[in-house]
Amino acid sequence: MSQVLHTPPPTTNPPAPPAESLAELAARHGLTVSGARPSLVQYVRQLWARRHFITAFATAKLTAQYSQAKLGQLWQVANPLLNAAVYYLIFGLLMGTSRGVPDYVPFLVTGVFVWTFTQSSIMAGTKAISGSLGLVRALHFPRASLPLSYCLQQLQQLLFSMIALVVILLAFGIPVAASWLLVVPALLLQFTFNAGVAMAMARIGAKTPDISQLMPFVLRTWMYASGVMFSIDQVLAGKDIPSWARVLLEYNPAVVYIDLMRFALIDSFQGSQLPDHVWAVALGWALLAGIGGFIYFWKAEETYGRG
Amino acid sequence: MADTITRPTEGQQGAAPAERVPTVVVDGVDIVYRVNGTGAGRGTATAALNRILRRKKAEKAAGVRKVHAVRNVSFAAYRGEAIGLIGTNGSGKSTLLKAVAGLLPVENGRIHTDGQPSLLGVNAALMSDLTGERNVFLGGLAMGMSREQVKERYQDIVDFSGINEKGDFITLPMRTYSSGMAARLRFSIAAAKDHDVLLVDEALATGDRSFQKRSEARIRELRERAGTVFLVSHNNKSIRDTCDRVLWLERGELRMDGPTADVLKEYEEFTGGKK
Repeated sequence: MSQVLHTPPPTTNPPAPPAESLAELAARHGLTVSGARPSLVQYVRQLWARRHFITAFATAKLTAQYSQAKLGQLWQVANPLLNAAVYYLIFGLLMGTSRGVPDYVPFLVTGVFVWTFTQSSIMAGTKAISGSLGLVRALHFPRASLPLSYCLQQLQQLLFSMIALVVILLAFGIPVAASWLLVVPALLLQFTFNAGVAMAMARIGAKTPDISQLMPFVLRTWMYASGVMFSIDQVLAGKDIPSWARVLLEYNPAVVYIDLMRFALIDSFQGSQLPDHVWAVALGWALLAGIGGFIYFWKAEETYGRG
Repeated sequence: MADTITRPTEGQQGAAPAERVPTVVVDGVDIVYRVNGTGAGRGTATAALNRILRRKKAEKAAGVRKVHAVRNVSFAAYRGEAIGLIGTNGSGKSTLLKAVAGLLPVENGRIHTDGQPSLLGVNAALMSDLTGERNVFLGGLAMGMSREQVKERYQDIVDFSGINEKGDFITLPMRTYSSGMAARLRFSIAAAKDHDVLLVDEALATGDRSFQKRSEARIRELRERAGTVFLVSHNNKSIRDTCDRVLWLERGELRMDGPTADVLKEYEEFTGGKK
């Protein structure tokens, strides 16, 4: 049947706009360009209008996760506990990184949970668009809803982990203190940081899905550089390393957020162990990543969904 | 199906008394898909390496294939029109529909719309591990309804789907539904929202005979409330029943655009006799 195709039959073009191009026709009736990127302000407004979808999607993902398991939602708490137990077995008992760290188990578990929050947010963000192409191609919504929703899911996950963490803290005799309230601002800042990085990674992952293969290695390297299982101070003590490397290690955002949480929760973790101006640094990272990531993501809004 | 809309399509020739208001203007649109991992070596490592090294020089040689799905299509659709899109498989109908909905970026040209056209369908937003009840909420929110709107229509959606006719199934996870039941619920959620410009992609009327009748009636209702309707279908009868104007796409090109009867006549000749 191909021979027919090369000779187009007389096309009847009924609504041929007389002496007016289609673009002019559209402009005269105030039509908007479909699939065009909204302005930043409009975009924020659209996102806000979709807030219920963002939260519902996050909760739905979280609930769906263990819906087939017999223990059901109990895994939300059991999972992080088991995770912490494995790390304790390896780093606490076998490798002896606990030497010189007071309250090693709370130290370790806090580190693991806080790090997992950042790690899984970034990982989920990387796949947020490329893994939900069906959704992106079927429905209309500001695409930033997806990475944000995935980060929110991780935050909810972390809140479950925090229940486990409180149990562990009390079991190891850490006293309840007013400083525990600092968890709230610390988590808020960390969430903003995570969401920003997740959005940036979502754009990169949408363009190059291969990144999601690479990310586990990047993240694991980052984890070992962030003192999740050991105290960076202890490891570096007495070693001669260039000062820029020390600054880099100290102001690494993961270190900042992990240490803030340890400072808030564990009484033996002193303020002197925190880097200078730690709250300002935490805020700086959050704003830099949050705003930067959001704008970077928005810049490609109209291209998401291209195969 | 006697209520086929006959609206001002007759006003094509001669000056129409009142000026018709365009709702969708498609102006010289090209849509191109890029597919990774094709080409000579397919998925082998050397082919991939080759692809990376020669990235910018030649996309084609590097194993990225371009599929030109829609070529230079232009038309204007007006308020009150119901437009059918026909063409053989793979001729770009659904692609064009997605581009009108703003879900697929166009390569060249522009698509202007009045308001936000929406595709009828929410399948992608639903999660089979969740109960039907939660999926109704999730689907509704995903389509851009507010929480209050979903609450308000919740009972209608469930009643329409008929999921609860055989017991309390709405509180069970969707994965436990039969395929027919799931399709019914999906359609009921999708059809719960009113649209300015409604895009319907074939084979929506699923389920048993009684549900098919109900959903056909619902589509008609939606159509009457919507400003403009696009319907993709291989069923010439449903096109004839629903649409007053038909666009015929073939290999991504707009072959014909005109009143339903004329275009369908040509199309039926092209595809080899009446179905």
